[in-house]
Amino acid sequence: MSEWLMLLLGTALVNNVVLVKFLGLCPFMGVSRKIDSALGMGMATTFVLTLASAVTWVLEHALLAPFDLGYLRILGFILVIAATVQFVEMAVKKNAPTLYKVLGIYLPLITTNCAVLGVALLNVQEGAGFARSVIYGLGSAAGFTMVLVLFAGLRERLALARVPAAFAGAPIGFITAGLLSLAFMGFSGLTNH
Amino acid sequence: MIHSPYIRKPASVQRVMFNVLLALVPGIAAYVWQIGAGILVNIAIATLTAVAAEVIMLSLRKRPVMLAATDLSAVVTAWLVALAFPPIVPWWLTVLAVLVAIVAVKHLYGGLGQNPFNPAMAAYCTMIVAYPALMSQWPAAGTVDFATQLHLILGGARELDAVTGATALDALRTGLRANGSVATLLQSNTYGAVGGRGWEWIAAGYLLGGLFLLASRTITWHLPTGFLVGLGVTSGIFWLIHPEQFASPLFHLASGGAMLAAFFIVTDPVSGATTPRGKLIFAAGVGLIAYLIRAFGAYPEGIAFGVLLMNICVPLIDMKTQPAVFGHRGGRQP
Repeated sequence: MSEWLMLLLGTALVNNVVLVKFLGLCPFMGVSRKIDSALGMGMATTFVLTLASAVTWVLEHALLAPFDLGYLRILGFILVIAATVQFVEMAVKKNAPTLYKVLGIYLPLITTNCAVLGVALLNVQEGAGFARSVIYGLGSAAGFTMVLVLFAGLRERLALARVPAAFAGAPIGFITAGLLSLAFMGFSGLTNH
Repeated sequence: MIHSPYIRKPASVQRVMFNVLLALVPGIAAYVWQIGAGILVNIAIATLTAVAAEVIMLSLRKRPVMLAATDLSAVVTAWLVALAFPPIVPWWLTVLAVLVAIVAVKHLYGGLGQNPFNPAMAAYCTMIVAYPALMSQWPAAGTVDFATQLHLILGGARELDAVTGATALDALRTGLRANGSVATLLQSNTYGAVGGRGWEWIAAGYLLGGLFLLASRTITWHLPTGFLVGLGVTSGIFWLIHPEQFASPLFHLASGGAMLAAFFIVTDPVSGATTPRGKLIFAAGVGLIAYLIRAFGAYPEGIAFGVLLMNICVPLIDMKTQPAVFGHRGGRQP
């Protein structure tokens, strides 16, 4: 149990998918202007990432590995992830139309969120078991959501700050993201025990 | 008609910053007495760089230069950088750190009052990530005379094994990884009565200055208390479970930058939380993260990372801890 907890914390904080592995930067910069939309995006990505980790594990171990189809891995994974995203999109459109409008183009873009594919591929690379894959996906997604929401909070505040004109908007966002990444380096080494 | 606030006090940015500088004096005096006068050279270098950078940035941004450059806030940042860094870092490292603090972390975000990160601590994190070796050479008390310190600061060749001991925190952690026990490790020459030998006097100096800040109402009690309780309780829990493997809360409070952080760093009025409950949460979080990094992480001192990580959380903390408006019963008004 404590091992799972450490794995969850490790993937969420120490090896944060955005700030340490630098995956999923497009939604990180794109959907972080408002806390509400950041939270919605985080939730949607959490759902997709966790489900995709499970489904791609099954795909890998039931189809790709037994039939020696490793060269189809990226193609197969993308297909599965796209189907999952489509499912989420339909659910969000029906249940939360406002969120659907706010997320806009970024919702279907979860398909190409490199964090989702990246985590699935990393799972295969590390030869993780089913439970471990799902926890890894969940932890990564939790870390993604947390960082996205915190970053959105900072950017809401930055929008009111007297930032020099040349740096207003995206540039100061990138500098802030860099400082966030610097802060997360403090966690390094925390889970090697 | 009279408008609120009805009770005024003659507080200005300059006055507050002057109080902070004044409160740092006992700590600096202890520093000079125990370690050597090299720190004064570092403070001078940092101050000159900070004021120059402040003036240049203000004129580039077409802001009133004299008003903001004389408010002493840049000087406070400079002194904190100098005091948080090892006293024998080469001059260019101090200059670089102050430039990161003033130019990148302060002025690119809009100058005083707008920066979401603590400039001095962001500079510390940048430098310890970029120059880990130079940033962990701390002279033991009474081993490096002023001439040697000056030589090292001016960029002289560094043959340091003979003169620099690890800090109290560093030595403890290396010893523990080599299966030593706390009790036997603390007998060694690196340690004094409660913390690092010599360094504990400096911590006492900061404590004295901090009490002055509290008495003069420059800072409120929330932030220092939150930090000290956060660090003390976390280290206390681990110490009670395993006294052989984890040092006592007293050791942690007296070592490293704990006292400097409690009264001078987490109390930064700009980048920290602003609501009373938020201040407690913010400071306790810094203490908790600082302890975890000290005990389990890869860096010897975790306060700077703790401050930066909690700075990230400040907008959400402030949002969630809004005090109820008078007349509303605990209702969270958006």
